[in-house]
Amino acid sequence: MTRRPRHFPGGIHPDQHKAESNATPIATMPLLPRYVVPLRQHIGTAARACVEVGERVLRGQPVGLAEGYVSTGAHAPTSGTVVAVEARAVPHPSGLFDTCVVIDADGEDRAVEFQPLAWRELDPSALRNRVRELGLAGLGGAVFPSYIKLNPAPQPIHTLIVNGAECEPWITCDDRLMRERAPEIVEGIAVMRHALGCATVLIGVEDNKPEAITALRAAVAAAGADFEVIALPTRYPSGGGKQITYLLTGVETPTGGRSTDVGIQVFNVGTAYALQRAVTRGEPLISRVVTVTGHVARPGNFETRIGTPINDLLAAAGGALAGASGEIVGGPLMGFALMDLAAPVTKAVNCVIVKNPSQFPPRPVDLPCIRCGACARACPAGLQPFEMYWYSRARDFGRAQGYDLFDCIECGACAYVCPSHIPLVDYFRHAKSEIWEREREKSNADQARQRHEFKTFRLEREKREKAEKFAKAAEQTKAAANAVETGADPEAERKKAILHAALERAKKAKETVTPKNTDNLPPAIQGEIAEIEARRRAAGLADTPEKTGNDTP
Amino acid sequence: MNGSPHSLAIGNSVNAIMIKVLLALIPGIAAHAWFFGPGIWVSLLLCTAFAFMLEVLLLLLRGFPLKPFLTDGSVLVTAWLLALALPTLAPWWIYAVGAIFAVVIAKHLYGGLGQNLFNPAMVAYAVLIVGFPTYMTQWPAPVALALHPVGPWEAFDLVLSGKGSISPDAYTSATVLDTWKTQARLGVPASEIVSHPAFGHVGGFGHEWVALGYLTGGLLLMAARVVTWHIPVAFLGAVALTTGALHLADPVHYAPPLLHLAAGGTMLGAFFIATDPVTAASTPRGKLIYAALAGFLVVVIRVWGNFPDGIAFAILLANVCVPFIDDYTQPRVFGHARRKTGPGDQT
Repeated sequence: MTRRPRHFPGGIHPDQHKAESNATPIATMPLLPRYVVPLRQHIGTAARACVEVGERVLRGQPVGLAEGYVSTGAHAPTSGTVVAVEARAVPHPSGLFDTCVVIDADGEDRAVEFQPLAWRELDPSALRNRVRELGLAGLGGAVFPSYIKLNPAPQPIHTLIVNGAECEPWITCDDRLMRERAPEIVEGIAVMRHALGCATVLIGVEDNKPEAITALRAAVAAAGADFEVIALPTRYPSGGGKQITYLLTGVETPTGGRSTDVGIQVFNVGTAYALQRAVTRGEPLISRVVTVTGHVARPGNFETRIGTPINDLLAAAGGALAGASGEIVGGPLMGFALMDLAAPVTKAVNCVIVKNPSQFPPRPVDLPCIRCGACARACPAGLQPFEMYWYSRARDFGRAQGYDLFDCIECGACAYVCPSHIPLVDYFRHAKSEIWEREREKSNADQARQRHEFKTFRLEREKREKAEKFAKAAEQTKAAANAVETGADPEAERKKAILHAALERAKKAKETVTPKNTDNLPPAIQGEIAEIEARRRAAGLADTPEKTGNDTP
Repeated sequence: MNGSPHSLAIGNSVNAIMIKVLLALIPGIAAHAWFFGPGIWVSLLLCTAFAFMLEVLLLLLRGFPLKPFLTDGSVLVTAWLLALALPTLAPWWIYAVGAIFAVVIAKHLYGGLGQNLFNPAMVAYAVLIVGFPTYMTQWPAPVALALHPVGPWEAFDLVLSGKGSISPDAYTSATVLDTWKTQARLGVPASEIVSHPAFGHVGGFGHEWVALGYLTGGLLLMAARVVTWHIPVAFLGAVALTTGALHLADPVHYAPPLLHLAAGGTMLGAFFIATDPVTAASTPRGKLIYAALAGFLVVVIRVWGNFPDGIAFAILLANVCVPFIDDYTQPRVFGHARRKTGPGDQT
């Protein structure tokens, strides 16, 4: 009794191109003279370098220690000498450099002593701590530290989904891994189930990998496990976390949330294999399977040590053929263009495709959107990409967000089918980053506004307090004055009397002091004046002391 | 810019879509040429020439690169739909004015490809039927019924000289929709109208075959996934249901649904004009509402209006409602508990 997979909305059927690389067994890369191990290979905080230049290291020895909660360690891929801890090219869409530990191999490939774990007896918490030390991170592409995902808290997990869909064209590393190492994968899944304590385990594999499905079913039967291996219809992006969850359980991951919110955890088959190695051998994550395909001499899959320069990996596949036009890291739908061939393989690198112009022609000139709706029919999230594009292009990010921009998983199905060849995903990434930037600015502005408001409030308060203080002082003075008028205070009465006396004196002084312009004159002049006055009186003109006005009729 | 995806669907382009649309028009055009003579070739040729020249001129004026925009094929589709919507043997300047309104006004003045609110060919048709009704109501009579069938060179001569519409009765006749409307208003019983040779089997002699041609081409377009089923089904369904209800209520005055489906521009409108992605609603439920509205309006204009056909006005009126319809018919997004109820709904 197998469950029938559900049908998620949209999806596309690009050319598979699996046959190029899935026909031959996984080959092991030869030991190289130099490895470059980036300290940030996972989502979260970069590991902190714990070795110094000149230090000798052994295979599996930590070179970087997990820093903070969302972080995991990095380990030396072989024995040798640390020759540099510096910024180097890393496989990242930005092409920016990042801190790497560069190790010159001594060719002896001596390892630290690995300590296998008896995981069945081990407490899940102790198991998670070991997984953290061993540098496990999701190998499906998101490279989220595995120990966090193995923790069923705070949300209990009832179903574990193991993702072997490998829906991107060209990539076959999980296909080969499932065909060749199914028993190890099954044991790794058992470890996961032990840590999570979940009841149900569902393994989803696209039906274009019948050998892998057969191998897994045989391994599950041989292990006597009750895991269910389900063939998924081949339709991109069936391996998306939300898509495979829905395909296998019919549960939609709520918007803005993770599948763990609904009690489901999703791991990649490659992670299950790495976990099995880590637990049963005690070996840290120092190698993974990488597909090298496209325009190379011998496409195939390679067991590749983390830190292998991509140059060397391509050389192992016989090198790029003449007419190669660039490299893609990851699949053709979600991968990115490699800027520097010296960049190393990290835990996230599952595939390197060498392009040629016939299989990967340059994108034609984009034409205006004709609203044909092909993107909406292809969207696995049920979005209306042409509307999101319309508003993103007009820089009306609010409305773009109103069309649920943040439910976009950037799978590229819309841009794949667009008849106008519009790079829709680029528009959506840009719009998202603009919105994040605005949110940041807004939160900064909010902080500034809060600070400003508090300052204003404080100034207001100080002003008010000052005013109150003055008012109080004035009140006291007034009260004192009132007290004087009512004669209640003998001291004030005395002061008033003194004041009064002083005023009287001043008045008198003013009266006596103020001179007439005829006063204080010499006696001779006084005499003359008297004479003149007498004459004027005689003439009846002058003002007499009695009659000062001009009363002449 | 990451640039992903790095591969695109092969053979998928605006140009490929437009070519498929043009190819799908050929059965209808062939039937038209068979039943109504070579006039259709003349109007196709003139509309294509005028529209193409105007497109070049406008692209140059607007500083757009010629190659990608001329090869997108959209101007050919506009030109052909215009030619098929207009009566053949009309004076040449009718086609020129039509091309100006379609390409210059309705397309480029609204911002060019992908930006126009209204279907360009229908804007041109609407302007012409309001501005020059005499020329727009004279459709050539079927060759088999015409007093004087027109040969290819004569067709050219008639169009360039404008004589085709000066002495209309020699070459043209009223359409079956017109006939039904005028006769029914005069009180002629339905049985008598139907028995007229120009009535044909169901929707006008010749016209019904042209409609069948468009239906065939339209079904091919659906098979090629250029159009989804929503718009044609809702459009034709609305026409059939509305006319069916009227016919059931009063079979003497109201024509049977088959006549409405086969006559005039119903099939051309349902598969080729209402489905223009730029001007049509784009959500699945929105398409159903938009097309049903257009189909209903076609019947209203045909039955109670004074124009010979209602396709152009019905589709233009439905075009007006598209932004509103799209806003209120957003599908439920994966992972959301319910669908949005309108543009302001941000949940």
